[in-house]
Amino acid sequence: MEIYLRPVVIAVMIFVVFNALIMASAVLVLAERKIMGFMQQRYGPYLVGPHGMLQPFADILKLLFKEELRPKGADKWLFTLAPILSVVTAFVAFAAVPFGAETTIFGLLDEPIKLGVADVNVAVLLVFAVTTMGVYGIVLAGWASNSKYSLFGGLRASAQMISYELAYATSLAAVILLAGSLSLREVVDAQAGTWFGFIPRWYVFLQPIGFLIYVIAGVAETNRAPFDFPEAEQELVAGYNTEYSSVRFALFPQAEYINMVTMSAVAADLFLGGWHGVPLLTELGLGWLVFLAKVGVILFGYIWMRWTVPRYRYDQLMQFGWKWLFPASVLNLIVTAALVLYLDA
Amino acid sequence: MPETIVFYTFSAVAIGASALVIGQRNTMYSVLLLIASFGALSGLYIQLDAPFVAMAQIIIYAGAIMVLFLFVVMLLNAPREDAAEWDRAHPLHHPNIGRFGALLATLLIVQLAWALAKVNGLDAPVGARTDASVGSVVEMGRVLFTRHTFAFEATSVLILVAMVGAVILARRESGEQ
Repeated sequence: MEIYLRPVVIAVMIFVVFNALIMASAVLVLAERKIMGFMQQRYGPYLVGPHGMLQPFADILKLLFKEELRPKGADKWLFTLAPILSVVTAFVAFAAVPFGAETTIFGLLDEPIKLGVADVNVAVLLVFAVTTMGVYGIVLAGWASNSKYSLFGGLRASAQMISYELAYATSLAAVILLAGSLSLREVVDAQAGTWFGFIPRWYVFLQPIGFLIYVIAGVAETNRAPFDFPEAEQELVAGYNTEYSSVRFALFPQAEYINMVTMSAVAADLFLGGWHGVPLLTELGLGWLVFLAKVGVILFGYIWMRWTVPRYRYDQLMQFGWKWLFPASVLNLIVTAALVLYLDA
Repeated sequence: MPETIVFYTFSAVAIGASALVIGQRNTMYSVLLLIASFGALSGLYIQLDAPFVAMAQIIIYAGAIMVLFLFVVMLLNAPREDAAEWDRAHPLHHPNIGRFGALLATLLIVQLAWALAKVNGLDAPVGARTDASVGSVVEMGRVLFTRHTFAFEATSVLILVAMVGAVILARRESGEQ
């Protein structure tokens, strides 16, 4: 590939991923409402477009034309900064997530490119670091609104995210031990192939407990039900985003949905073999379709969980996080480390 | 050349944000500026080819510790340090406080100058010292558990003590609601 083509390819990649994430949140909103409708024996949105398919766009347009309000006692700068911070960290986190093998896009390019915005050698840590920064958006929104409900939402968000971050990071560490690399791409490629010719070499089979912990902690990190305490509507009106309206408000759910996508994509990369698993598609260079399918399955699980499991009580949340999830993840890490050491020696 | 520009940008952000942390009165802003300063520092670590240290900096300092800071500031709900400013009888306005502070600052500057004078290789160009082993996690773990074992273990005992202390302080007395 000529040297001047490289930046163009990268720019196209960024453009595609950026828009795909925006579309993903629109699709997720629709999927959530449709699945919720199905579970509650009703249709869900049905009027805008065929079968209500264009409902998310109508929602976004409505939000854009709403009046932007700011409470009198709110902190002017932080009130504006908070939603921006939320959505920026959500987008940045996905930048380090690879979603496909090296491809020339059916011979379109002379030199294969890696599917993914940035191929970082500490990608696992980078995604974790940036997602943990996302809590600032919520906490600042809660504080800057100058409202007690928002403040409680922000306080809960910070306490919850600190508590579940530990279990989350420890479950990541066990996979890193198995793969011997901090690069998401290398972790994925370590999962190519099969055991005994039919079981795919996915880490979910070696790390079933780790996977479970990752998913639970991931739901808590993205503040989704049954861990949606920062916005528990029966107690806090709408939690940290009570005082927000219009575009500023729209950015919060947008960030939440993108975080869900990132969380699911990392789960697919770390535990479900990323784009490996269907040899035919991998040979055709369409491994990213496999990846998309896996992310879709996890996202469906997210939505399913939200409309099935009721919210915990706050003390239950803390008890579960500190007394069950974190010790389990530490035990899992120790056992994994011992086995890796024993089998390597 | 681009490395130099990036280096000076990160440095300027780190120094500017750190100065503003103590330079303005809103504690909430101080916390955020400190986070910005940590972020810039981690950018400098990446330039030194130490991506692991950079990420640890963000995860531990900018992520975990500063969230706790924010938590405390929000709980106390004391965003401004006005009391000392208006109240002339406030202990912070005692002249000896100022003298003591000036003494500490001078000491710090002398120490800093002494330490910097002992470091060699500061005149090397930015980005030229790319020792890949610094960033390697394996190498880091090996050094940490061999040459620096004592410091490592001593730190963990220190943290344990702090944790036990926090638990005792936060513990409710029996019968107290």
